[in-house]
Amino acid sequence: MIRFVLAIALSLTAATARAQIEIQEITSPSGVDAWLVEEDSIPFIALELIFDGGATLDLPGKRGATNLMMALLEEGSGDLDARGFQEARENLAASFRFNAGDDSVSVSAVFLTENQDEAMALLRDALVSPRFDQSAIDRVRAQVLSGIRSDANDPNRIAGATLDALAFGDHPYGSAIDGTEDSVAGLTQADLFEAHENAFSTARVHVGAAGDIRADELGVLIDDLLGGLPDEAPELPDHVEFALDGGTTVVPFETPQSVALFGHSGIERDDEDFFAAFIINEVLGGRGVESRLMREVREKRGLTYGVSTFLVPKDFTETYLGQVASANDRIAEAIAVIRDEWALMAREGLSQDELDAAKTYLTGSYPLRFDGNAEIAGILAGMQSVGLGTDYVANRNDFITAVTLEDVNRVAAELLDPDRLHFVVVGQPEGLETTE
Amino acid sequence: MRLLAAALSLVAFSATAEEVTTYQLDNGMDIVVIEDHRAPVVVHMLWYKAGSADEPVGSSGVAHYLEHLLFKATENVESGEFQRVVAENGGSDNAFTSFDYTGYFQRVAADRLPLMMQYEADRMNNLVLTEEDIVTERGVILEERNQRVENSPSALAREQMRAAQYLNHRYGVPIIGWKHEMETLDMDDALSFYDLYYSPNNAILVVAGDVQPDDVLALAEQYYGPIPAEPDLPERIRSQEPPQTAERRLVFEDPRVSQPYISRTYIAPERDADAQKDAAALTYLADLLGGSSFTSVLPIALQFDANIAVYSGAFYDGLNLDDGTFGLTVVPADGVSLQEAETAMDAAIEAFLDEGIDPARMDALRVQLKASEIYARDDVGGLARRYGAALTSGLTVEDVQAWPEILQSVTADEVLDVARRVLVRDQSVTGWIVPSREVLQ
Repeated sequence: MIRFVLAIALSLTAATARAQIEIQEITSPSGVDAWLVEEDSIPFIALELIFDGGATLDLPGKRGATNLMMALLEEGSGDLDARGFQEARENLAASFRFNAGDDSVSVSAVFLTENQDEAMALLRDALVSPRFDQSAIDRVRAQVLSGIRSDANDPNRIAGATLDALAFGDHPYGSAIDGTEDSVAGLTQADLFEAHENAFSTARVHVGAAGDIRADELGVLIDDLLGGLPDEAPELPDHVEFALDGGTTVVPFETPQSVALFGHSGIERDDEDFFAAFIINEVLGGRGVESRLMREVREKRGLTYGVSTFLVPKDFTETYLGQVASANDRIAEAIAVIRDEWALMAREGLSQDELDAAKTYLTGSYPLRFDGNAEIAGILAGMQSVGLGTDYVANRNDFITAVTLEDVNRVAAELLDPDRLHFVVVGQPEGLETTE
Repeated sequence: MRLLAAALSLVAFSATAEEVTTYQLDNGMDIVVIEDHRAPVVVHMLWYKAGSADEPVGSSGVAHYLEHLLFKATENVESGEFQRVVAENGGSDNAFTSFDYTGYFQRVAADRLPLMMQYEADRMNNLVLTEEDIVTERGVILEERNQRVENSPSALAREQMRAAQYLNHRYGVPIIGWKHEMETLDMDDALSFYDLYYSPNNAILVVAGDVQPDDVLALAEQYYGPIPAEPDLPERIRSQEPPQTAERRLVFEDPRVSQPYISRTYIAPERDADAQKDAAALTYLADLLGGSSFTSVLPIALQFDANIAVYSGAFYDGLNLDDGTFGLTVVPADGVSLQEAETAMDAAIEAFLDEGIDPARMDALRVQLKASEIYARDDVGGLARRYGAALTSGLTVEDVQAWPEILQSVTADEVLDVARRVLVRDQSVTGWIVPSREVLQ
């Protein structure tokens, strides 16, 4: 009975797997491109701005400047000090989030239709005329330093910092975007103005909007918002290779459960084999409890609460990473199982059934992503920042469907290399030592 | 200031209520349907009125353990099959356990709703566990506890504080369970909890998204309707808190703490059916004291007017069946002792109670709460959780729908009144979380 229903459901999938959103491509009067999905049933708008560059633009000796600068944008601008700015924002019931990332800085705004002019005027001040008052710098710097000290005792953060340093050395990817206690302590107001100038350029902006706004209104809104930002931008860093060989690095830390982060080099987002790699990851460690690693490490052996893998195509490098956590006396076994599964997948690839199931999931779940104005605005800006066109939404499932078993198994052999896989283990793991 | 005045007059919208239809099946199962036709998606949630606070003595963690085991085989379905089918249909799924409820949900294309109901109804009654399931999944929940609690000093400290806060109520025991009791959980523990509580007369079905209420009712009758009610379902009576008459203080020491901090909790009333005013006032109190890092009392006193803290906040969530907590946290600035920070925190609260509340702050919060109802309509899954959590915590659909208006009606005097009743040190626990007692020297 249940098998029968299942068969019907699978045949339905192909027919309904289309994202039902209509993206408008617009250009503002001053020439900034933006994508819009109009949705007027709820009277608010979500706006996402992504500026390429991000913390890779930190100048030598100024690590953490971009991160601190972004944290200070909500701390006063124009005529308003920090409290004045936030009081104005709260009274408009608008939400502004300012985020610094490795490759970009982003601004996520959600605001009501009925006071959108006031909300955008306030956001414009934050973006174009931040004050970086010394009192605000001191206060937020203390918060950042407190976070850096906490990270130094967080096993997950220690694992990430160790892997990044070993893999990328002096490249910006080799250190945390928060900076170090020393570098953050040394940042001046002038450094923050410089970081702001470098991070925000209309030459590097991608705009996504969703909600209760018309295309012509959005064009004017964008020009009002971004006019005054520089249209030139500093040079971006060079590409960097993942420089870490296979092996194990143990970072001793007194805690009951060891945390392991592992990986090797990955694949570029615009590589023609990216979709094959994407499917391989889905089957190996991407899709929750359904993945091979979850089945072998968690479901069969009860060694962990979670194990997962993820392709990380950044702008200037590509990695393939994974993570697992197990009690100190069980982590060695968990890692051995992961290494075996890595080797098995490289050697034998996927079965046709696994490939079909992964395709069905990936094509079926794609339309469900476009759920809510903020999600849609984020997806629209994100797609532009990785160089995709609006037609990608319609064609993406065809790219997935076109991948053959031959493709995935060829790419599995190329991408997965158990000998190059490096594990950074933070804890007191029994039976594991740092390799030479 | 001009901007502020303009804003307040502008935000004059009305927060339209979501479209909700309710039913009850003959076997006692309650159904809530929330319509949202913007996207062809549906969220199917089944909530059981059984959480960790309903567990028998000595088997803490069994509600959450059973939640994990519900993904194993049934008489009709292989282990893991339901999750595989959800994934094959492009959906996502998960489950959650709290003090007062256990819930399961799937998010799928709207035309897959019958398939979800078929599987979810099946595992309400037909679970078949093996000894191997019991052993491996116990390993998994112990690793989950390692990950969430044992590896996190702040989570370990919270457990100690809750245990001290509740003198008589089961809320003092962690949802995931005490480790020594989790290690002994077995087949009987899991199945006896399952047989008693996983019954249609103890369940609430919430379906939200691109659906017609009549269709949902027909499907629910088809799939859930044939399951018999549990005749021996016990009344939900937990041992209640006595009057709390002595302040409790603790020092939690863990070398992994890099940033010492203060945490204070007070026992606090929750939202009760037809009596939500205190909880509404406490919602304002949390916002006024510490909801905003810029405009609330504690951040202004401790971070702006003086350099005493790097962070301060206040917390309250009124969605529990029984009394909850009102919480404060202060992270002292460099060179400020925990005692100095705590004294400043208490002085700021004292001043707030003496000086009263600026009417402009009340107005601003009313506007924000009203706007949050508009934003909430963008997330139909969130609306579904709102109803599920409320209906498993002793509230009715009418209570959920009255809540936004009750929030709008709260006055400054009501906030001060509830603050004076709740912010009483004899009803509180104060924790100092430190890397070592040496920092207290």
